[in-house]
Amino acid sequence: MISIRLISTLCIISLTMLAGCSDQKKKEVTSTLNWYVFNEPSGAFATAARNCSENSRNTYQIKLVPLPVDPDQQREQLVRRLAAGDQSIDIIGMDVIWTAEFAQAGWILPWRSEMKKEALAGRLSAPLQSVMYQDEMWGVPYTTNAQLLWYRTDRIKEAPATWDEMIHLAETLGESGIIQAQGERYEGLTAFFISLLATAGGSVLDTRHEKISLAQQPTLQALSTMARFANSSAADRTLSTTREDQARLAFETGHSSFMVNYTFVWSSIQQNAPGIAPHIGWARWPSLSKDKPGRTAIGGINLAVSAHSRYAQSAFQAAVCIASEQHQRIAATLGGLPPTIAALYDDTRIRETFPFADVLRATLRDAVQRPQTPLYNDVSLAISRTLHPMRNIEPDKDYIRLRDAISRALSSKGLL
Amino acid sequence: MPRRNEQPKQRQRRHNEWYQAWLLCAPAVLVLILITAYPILYAIWLSFFQYDLRFPDQRTFIGLDNYISILTSEVWWQAFGNTFILTVSSVTLELMVAFPLALIMYHTVLWRYAVRTATLLPYAITTIIAAFAWKFAFDPTTGFINALSGMEQAWLTQSWSSFLVIILTEIWKTTPFMALMLLAGLTLVPHELIQAARADGANAWQRFMKITLPLAKPAILVAVLFRMLDAFRIFDTVFILTRGAQGTETVSMVGYNTLIVSLNLGLGSAVSVLIFISMLIISALFIWGFNIKTGVDQK
Repeated sequence: MISIRLISTLCIISLTMLAGCSDQKKKEVTSTLNWYVFNEPSGAFATAARNCSENSRNTYQIKLVPLPVDPDQQREQLVRRLAAGDQSIDIIGMDVIWTAEFAQAGWILPWRSEMKKEALAGRLSAPLQSVMYQDEMWGVPYTTNAQLLWYRTDRIKEAPATWDEMIHLAETLGESGIIQAQGERYEGLTAFFISLLATAGGSVLDTRHEKISLAQQPTLQALSTMARFANSSAADRTLSTTREDQARLAFETGHSSFMVNYTFVWSSIQQNAPGIAPHIGWARWPSLSKDKPGRTAIGGINLAVSAHSRYAQSAFQAAVCIASEQHQRIAATLGGLPPTIAALYDDTRIRETFPFADVLRATLRDAVQRPQTPLYNDVSLAISRTLHPMRNIEPDKDYIRLRDAISRALSSKGLL
Repeated sequence: MPRRNEQPKQRQRRHNEWYQAWLLCAPAVLVLILITAYPILYAIWLSFFQYDLRFPDQRTFIGLDNYISILTSEVWWQAFGNTFILTVSSVTLELMVAFPLALIMYHTVLWRYAVRTATLLPYAITTIIAAFAWKFAFDPTTGFINALSGMEQAWLTQSWSSFLVIILTEIWKTTPFMALMLLAGLTLVPHELIQAARADGANAWQRFMKITLPLAKPAILVAVLFRMLDAFRIFDTVFILTRGAQGTETVSMVGYNTLIVSLNLGLGSAVSVLIFISMLIISALFIWGFNIKTGVDQK
């Protein structure tokens, strides 16, 4: 009797241990990867996360952790966690302007060898440049973006090529001659200035992104254009509080004839303002002279792997899968987010979603990177604070103030 | 504490009581030290360093340099001026609106609870929500203020009108708090005194000026002090309405931008310490200047 009891007890113990072992094994294999990214409403990111989890054959499960829509708020939430060494972050939906800051602080891992090769394949050069910092690659380009000029074809025969031309045209149109642009004191105003400056042939920092550049002639040209626009009848009276979304809403009411904005406005106009949708034309962002095209600051999301992640290897694989051609196609067709893979701009379905694909590709080819410095956030604050509101810009005076503010931002000393 | 002229037995008993009292208070004191004193001391300590979370390895002791840099900065003094304007104007106007409200709440016989609830309702609404409601109301295209007034004003694009909207939002939101504090003050006025004055032939104005106001003065001053301290830290209303644009930045926003946005722990902590010192000065001015009786003095 004793021996039977002993054997059965031993059996139970060993079975329990085996079950325990298999449980442990299962846990090791299935790691949950948290992907922190802005709350994308169409479900394109969720589809990519689900597909990649399934394709991994239970190696990992991707869990979406939504961040706010406003990029400033996204950054604030992320940097607080990253600086505190939060291990729950695995994949980061990283705005193109955060690369240098996150890399310098040691919050994200560099991409090397095989993974780097996969992340590079077939990508457009502008989004690729946005993941580079100090000769290392810090993410895989997922979606990209650039502003175009949107205008009313029923009011204007041909899109204006330069800002001067556009302001002049708008002034002659009377009440409906409004140009929608971003003039609130935030990143959008900085991007607007950087685009104008690049179009004029200048840059905020030198080629090594360390010292202030701001050559006098192009900076003055950019500042004069901003002042002229803001003080003309072509500027909306709420320009100093307008962001991308307010500009879109105002344009959809039909009272404006021009708008500089990102490509998300296209699907929005189709849905919200079907009456004016057939009369919408698009063109390159206006230039400052007829012989050089307008250059705009590139936007978009890159995928980076957190340095504190417990499953870094899986996170790299997952990021490559999310940013693959298949999922970029979904992000473009479902969410209206332009792809970073060059070949997709010739894809029939994508060209149906983005009838402006060729103009967008050309815009991206000439796009400008915002300064790739770890202190970009401070530099951006310095620019938007000095130049807001646009109507008060005095080019000569503000040129000196701008140089002073950016120098202070770069030395990381004093209040901004 | 034990007293000298007591019997040894009594002294022993007092000593035990004193000891027990401290033992009972100890957990609360400990928690307070942990959650209040420690962060304050840590912020003071950090304020002497150049310490940026983006460059965690470059932490160096720089003494009072952060303070010098802030106090010589145009940004700080402009924000300080803005905060001062917002604090003084909103608290003064609130006091003027809250007094009649408190009197109405005090004297209402019919529907007393309904009147009090209606008056206190704005205070129950989260500041962020209240600020959004006012932002939408003043929006030139979708808001009702322009539609009702027949104006075509883009309120949040000019400095003066932005200040006006911020002050109005603050008044709407926090007047109930002031009224509640004043109501507490009014209930302290003994009814017999008012009746005696009435029997002596004093009219309503005289009764208010000579009896109610002097007796309610400590409560009024405490209410004003509390609101001043609160208003000086104004953040959420401005953040939602203007984000500090149009020259409406306050000292709390400077702290937020330095600490949370720029991750500059040293400089940001120095800003926080300066705000803390400003509040101490306001409290000291009130307590000594207006001779507010604290609980200890009244004994």
